Formats: sequence, structure tokens, C-alpha cells
Amino acid sequence: MQNISFYEKFSPLRRQVEETPTQARKSTDMNSTAAINISHLGVHYRTQEALQDVNCIIKSGKLTGIFGPNGAGKSTLMKAILGLVPISSGQVLYKNQPLMQQLDQVAYVPQRSQIDWNYPATVWDVVMMGRVRKTGWLRSFSTVSHQVVKEALERVGMKELQNRPIGELSGGQQQRVFLARALTQQAEIFCFDEPFLGIDQKTQTIIFEIFHELAAENKTLLVVNHDLGQSTAHFDDLILLNCELIATGSRQEVLTEENLHRAYNGKVMYFAA
Amino acid sequence: MLNTLIEPLQYGFMQRSLIIAILVGLLCAVVGSYLMVQRLALLGDAISHSVLPGLAIAFMIGANIFAGAFIAGILSTMAIAFIKTRSPIKEDAAMGIVFSASFALGVTLITVIQKSNKIDLNHFLFGNILSVTIDEVRDTSIIATIVLIVVVALYKELLFYTFDPLGAQAAGLPVNRLNFGLMLLIALTIVASMKAVGVILVLSLLITPGATAYLLVKRLHEVMVLGAVIGVISSISGMYLSYFYNLPSGPAIVLVVSGLFILALLFSPRHGIFTSHQMKSGENVKG
Repeated sequence: MQNISFYEKFSPLRRQVEETPTQARKSTDMNSTAAINISHLGVHYRTQEALQDVNCIIKSGKLTGIFGPNGAGKSTLMKAILGLVPISSGQVLYKNQPLMQQLDQVAYVPQRSQIDWNYPATVWDVVMMGRVRKTGWLRSFSTVSHQVVKEALERVGMKELQNRPIGELSGGQQQRVFLARALTQQAEIFCFDEPFLGIDQKTQTIIFEIFHELAAENKTLLVVNHDLGQSTAHFDDLILLNCELIATGSRQEVLTEENLHRAYNGKVMYFAA
Repeated sequence: MLNTLIEPLQYGFMQRSLIIAILVGLLCAVVGSYLMVQRLALLGDAISHSVLPGLAIAFMIGANIFAGAFIAGILSTMAIAFIKTRSPIKEDAAMGIVFSASFALGVTLITVIQKSNKIDLNHFLFGNILSVTIDEVRDTSIIATIVLIVVVALYKELLFYTFDPLGAQAAGLPVNRLNFGLMLLIALTIVASMKAVGVILVLSLLITPGATAYLLVKRLHEVMVLGAVIGVISSISGMYLSYFYNLPSGPAIVLVVSGLFILALLFSPRHGIFTSHQMKSGENVKG
């Protein structure tokens, strides 16, 4: 009984995985190497263990997705990698040096729901924040920064809304503003927490286009995704999580029946009951 | 008309108190904007109530009352942060506990010492702007200059941090230091404002001008500038009302600024209850 509903839940996905070829992205396979090395990473929240002993590598030139059920610690893993939550064990290296000491290489986009969108700022103001670190203390934004911001806004199709208050944007537009901000950081590592939550189809298309362009430029891309849906086929590598690492590797390697069953075990039982 | 406005200025005490009122109106509006956008209005209240025991102790040992109040304000923010991080108590409850406890301590200490020191509890609670000395004008000017220079110098970093603390941290900004710096600015501002409006009403000058401006303009620096204009106008008109109608100065200033807020709430072009035809922010906007 349990197995039947499990197959039902994942059969459309499985079909899609088998049918979708990796297309042009194959060309980047040659120069993609292990960029981020995660070893024995653990996070405690008070008495509760949120993540235990995660070991994996994240490659540059690939789009890597962090997947898992609700409460699996997907966002926590991303925050732990970037040092945004205190870790209880382990280390994260980027090019063999602690990533924490190279945060100028990182562009991070938090979940949209964590932001107060009634903050008094325009689209332009928010995208300009991506240039704060590069500009440095006690200096005003350069003409180069203005140009970079303009180009990023054009790239995500938000140029004509640049003077609009961010509170008057749709969810998809807000997400594109954040994407533009990440682009202006001219980073090597891009981390997105749930960028596809509550957005329109047009935005999703733009985001994936840009992700693939960045991967082709050999950037490292890490994306937390809320569920295994149609869009899974866009990812090259996956990290499947349920408080501990279930599986990691290429999409085809990870999306096996056994791995999915282990990761989503509780949920499948629930549907079966 | 002009003569009527100039008449009070022949008195030295009126000149001094108007200068203080203008400085405080400006400073509170700018710094208070950060409290409003971070939804930390209650923190302003907490710090302002917490400075009271510092004032009392400074009086008892003959130290500088600005320093005493400032140290007490910083200690109380640290106590709030300590409770929040070391226990499951949430921040708002921690603030409520810390500020009421230190307020009680302050009132007790001042009541005990007020007879022998010839001070009046009411002056601390509600301000006593008409009695400011030239030294206090000097101290307040110095604090205002320092705070405004820091706000301008760190504007882009504080904008990033207050809008998206995690994003700022991930970009490598020293967010803990920025946060502590912001708390220092707020504590300094409250200390500089005590004489004008007292520890209870200072929250109004911190929050209301920024909130009023927020209903009218859409960017943080615009909120700060317009808020400062509103703060200064309120301070000046409150002082004149207080002079001509023999009203208490602090409450008069607060009533003016609150009246301006009500006007903006009703008639703001973008958000006014009577005037806005637009939908509320974000909802139903098509991508």
C-alpha cells in the first residue's frame, strides 16, 4: 500500500527526469570542479539537532539544488555554509580556504518572506545594495556601479520599474529585483533560498535562463528548492536532505526510488495512511 | 505677527530652549527612522525608560548625567540581547521586562534622592526644556553633530543592514558592529533628548516624524529628511504654543507632531485614508 502511493507521487517526476536531456549544458562539464567542500557540517538549535554531519562537494559551472521535505534543514544548510547560523561542527572550504573569509565572493538572496517589503526603498535602492561591499566604507557609488545596476535591471526586465517602491511589486517582480541585486555583486558563488516560491511563469523562465548563463560562466550556483516538481529537470546536481545527507551527486544519481523514499519517508507514509 | 514671533526670543531661556528643541526634533527624526523601518519602536521605548537609573546614580555620585544615562541605556540593550539569546523568551517580552524593571529602579532611586539633591522626578519623566543651561546646549550640539555625521557616513551600509540583515552578513558586512553602532546612536539620541521632552515622551519624537514622512515619501533618505523637517517644525511650534498658552513644553511638542501625523494619515496622496485610490502595497499587482 505504502509503495503504491509512493510510485503515484513520483511517477510524473520520474518520467520527466528520464526524458529531459542535459542539452547544451554538457559543454560546461569539462571545466567544472569541486568549488565548495563541506565536511562534517552540523547545526544545533538549542537542544535540537537541525543538521548532522553533512559531507558533500558543490561544483562550479553547475546548477546545484538543495532538496528535501519541509523541516529537512535546507535553508539551514545554506545559512550554515555561509556562516549565517552558528555551526556546531565541521567546516566549509572554498578553493581550499574557509569560505567565511571569502564572503566578498558570495551573493546570497534570502527567502522573500524574510524581507519587510514595506521598507521605504525603490527597486533601484535595493539593487544598488549589491554594490555596497565593492564600493567600500565612506565612499559613494561610482559611475561603474550605476552602469552595473542599470544592466542588471535590464537583464531581469525591471528597468522601467526602477523608481517604483518595492512594496508595490508582485512576488515575481520582487524576486527579480533580488536576482538583479545578486548579479551586481559580481560574485563567484550565488546562493538562492527558495527563489521559485510564489512567482509567475515569466519570472521563473528569466531566473532559470540567468542561472544557466552563470553556470556557463563557471560560477557556483546553490539553490534551495521547495519541492520536487517540473523544474527539477533544470538542475545539474542535487543535494537531497532530511536533517542528514540522503544523497548527493548528479540529478540522475540522486533521484532514485530508494533515495526519494528515504528522504520523503514520513510524508509518503502519511499519504498511504 | 512677526513681532509676536520674535518677542519670546528676547529671553535667553527661550533662545536656548528653542535651539535644543530644533536639535532634538532633527536628531530624533533621523535616528528614529531606523527604529521604525526595523519595527523596533518598542526598543526606543525600552532604552528611554532604562536611562532613568543611570541618571539617578550619576546624580548620587556627582558624575556627568549624560554619561550615566548613556551607560544605563547601553546596559539595558545588552540585557535585552542576553535574555533573547540565552533563553526561549522572545525579544518583545525581554524588552518589556527590562524596561519596566529599570524604570521602576529609576523612579525609586530618584524619589529617594530628590529631596537632598533638589531635583524633581517630573523633570526627568516629562522634560524641563525651559531650564536648559548653555552647557547643555553645547553638549546636545556635540551629540547631534556626531550622530548626524555617523548616519551620513554609514548610510549605504545601514540601509543594506536594516533592510536585509542576512544578505548584508552574507556579503561580508560586519553586521554585529553595525547593529551595536545603531544602538549607540539611538542611546545617544535619547540621552540628548531627555531635557527637552523627558524619557516618556521621547518615543514620540523618535517614531512619529519618520512615520508621518513614511506616509508621504518612498525612500529612506527622503523619510529622514522630511521627518527631520516635520520634527523641527513640531518642536518650534510646540515651543511657541507652550510660551503663549502656558502649556507644558514637551507635551505641546508631542501634540503638534501627533497632529501632523493624523493629517498625513488622513490626506497622504499615496496612503491617505481619504485620499488614496490605490490598492494597498503589493496586493493584486500583476507580474
